[in-house]
Amino acid sequence: MSGDTFFFYAFSALALLGGLGTVLLRNAVHCALALMTSLLGVAGLYLLQGAEFLFAVQIVLYIGGIMVLFLFVIMLVNLDQASKLQQFGRQTPIALVVALAAVAAIFSMLSKSAVLLPASVSLTPLTGGNTETVANVLFTDYLLPFELVSILLLVAVVGSVMMAGKRTE
Amino acid sequence: MEFIIITLVKTGLVAFILLTTLAYLQWVERKVIAHVQARVGPYRVGPHGLLQPLADVVKLMTKEDLIPDHVNKVFYVLAPFLAVFLALLSISVIPFGPAVEIFGIKTNLGLADINIGILLILAVSSLGVYGIALAGWASNNKYSLMGGLRSAAQMVSYELPMALAIAAPLILSNSLNLREIVDTQAGNWYGIPNWNIFTGGQIFGFFLFMIAAFAETNRIPFDLPEAENELVAGFHVEYSSMKFAGFFMAEYANMITVCSVATVLFLGGWHSPIPSQAGSGVFAALVHFAAAGMLFFHAMHAARPFDKITFPVFGVVISGIGAIFLAGAFVWPALGAAINGLFWYGAKTFILLFVFIWIRATLPRFRYDQLMRFAWLFMFPAALLNMLITAFFVALKG
Amino acid sequence: MPTTLLERYFPVVLQAILAFAIGTLLIGASAILGKRVRNAVKNTAYECGMTPYGTAKERFSVKFYLVAMLFILFDIEAIFLYPWAVVFRDLKMFAFFEMLVFVILILAGFFYIYKKGALDWTAEELKPVQHKIHVDLMPADPVPSEKVTHAA
Repeated sequence: MSGDTFFFYAFSALALLGGLGTVLLRNAVHCALALMTSLLGVAGLYLLQGAEFLFAVQIVLYIGGIMVLFLFVIMLVNLDQASKLQQFGRQTPIALVVALAAVAAIFSMLSKSAVLLPASVSLTPLTGGNTETVANVLFTDYLLPFELVSILLLVAVVGSVMMAGKRTE
Repeated sequence: MEFIIITLVKTGLVAFILLTTLAYLQWVERKVIAHVQARVGPYRVGPHGLLQPLADVVKLMTKEDLIPDHVNKVFYVLAPFLAVFLALLSISVIPFGPAVEIFGIKTNLGLADINIGILLILAVSSLGVYGIALAGWASNNKYSLMGGLRSAAQMVSYELPMALAIAAPLILSNSLNLREIVDTQAGNWYGIPNWNIFTGGQIFGFFLFMIAAFAETNRIPFDLPEAENELVAGFHVEYSSMKFAGFFMAEYANMITVCSVATVLFLGGWHSPIPSQAGSGVFAALVHFAAAGMLFFHAMHAARPFDKITFPVFGVVISGIGAIFLAGAFVWPALGAAINGLFWYGAKTFILLFVFIWIRATLPRFRYDQLMRFAWLFMFPAALLNMLITAFFVALKG
Repeated sequence: MPTTLLERYFPVVLQAILAFAIGTLLIGASAILGKRVRNAVKNTAYECGMTPYGTAKERFSVKFYLVAMLFILFDIEAIFLYPWAVVFRDLKMFAFFEMLVFVILILAGFFYIYKKGALDWTAEELKPVQHKIHVDLMPADPVPSEKVTHAA
């Protein structure tokens, strides 16, 4: 097995097992850590595709930023009691049917277009810098969406302060 | 295949040097703080306490490895491991010296040479929060949780100005590859080294980066996570033995990383401030000979009997190193280029590390509200402004 | 010299393996070498010698949560600077002004949270009554910005 194949399956396994852990584990902190593992696996897959910039951003923003926020919320709110409640108990059969249907749909789509579980994976060789490519497109062709992002962030900032302020006043 | 062998050798060497430096940084810190406070510091184990780090390691290893019943066992053990693991990871993208050719082997002085070097360091440092936050949470202790939470909030608050302070030299160098960033700082401009801090006008950015670096590594005056007069020891109250030491090891490794990054981004990396035609190779030799001379002088006027033996021995070793630099300057230029690069990288990094220790001996601790207000109301706007001004002048000059 | 992606990242992977080994070794060695003497008192949470009471899992100030949220939002902005810096010399003034617009919009949000007092850690943590006592006891407050008499 070549290195490329090994890392492809290793990162894929990380992403899938992390996702399963997020759903199945009961302790909220364990779930957060599992989600982190899953995101790390996805970051690894980005890297294998040669998307170095996305790989780094995935780690900095998702794992180093958003997951820290999740962890904060879990530490902030006492979730020990919440975890004991059977909140979704009645929905189990419906959820199962929906989940199975979704899995079937994904598999039928994948089996038509791509190879499931390829025996060997070979990566495209590195050509130039991925960051430069992203930047060249982002700051010229997609200038308007880029500027709109700042408005989105502005709304998010205002929203987060509003939500945080509501309870205390 | 040759590449793999060279990498293995380099990784081994770097790991050895890094671990030794980590152990002796503790010794240097204790010695420097002791002398600031008119004490002698570690003195009993070996000459001038030089074997103290070894004794400490043995002591910490054989201490009771206490895992209390009230902790979350998995994360309690995972947290110090994560701290050590992440702290040791970043060194792999730091370039220590130029590309050299010795014994017919061409290689870069440094481990990995990747396009997103600085982003990888930022990514690893952003993960550093987990070691501390998890330690605080898993310990299931009021002080620990408070310390861990405070520390996590502090680290994310200072990561922002740090990321912005890093952006300014990147505008000057137009690369995320640390080796390329150093390469753009080669040469000089009318005798002033072409480093980002001087000709790039990043003196303000450098100070912003260093302040953020102090907060990121949880060093005084930003060591709120372990504020002992209110939180006993913060997030590591419940830790003992090597798990306890792991956090300190991570702290020192992180210090080395941020000082290396500061050297690479602002201080021209391995480039000498002296133009090579003015004899930059000889300078390193002179520094070592001067140090050796000082040791010989003190040996002649020894305050303690055994200084008569230890000082000359150290003096001989250091003048031997000086002789190697001299040989590099005049006899073997290939070796000279390599060791001079390493010398300047090491000297700059060590001076910054000394500043860390010096400030620890000098300043008191911030109050938590002051610390957070400083991060958001001064550091963040200042770093943003510094970045914009830099961008404006670079755009103007073309 | 490395050519493929795996070769480029090989030193990083190697360093990761090494760091993993060192971490495991240190923590494992101390677990094996250190002797263990356990008793009931040693097993309790450390609270400076007092008998611990209550649980550590208490509620904390919403400020911590707010800081983490604001960090994410501003960090997204900071991350955009990196690819921008890489192509800066190609686009020059155009790049400067497009980032200026971006930053000004972000700064508008920053001014909003500043005016809202979301970054002031003293404001909500202390109750107004405590402020009065605090000020009466120490009329010569060394930090001028800490004046809270009128706030209450």
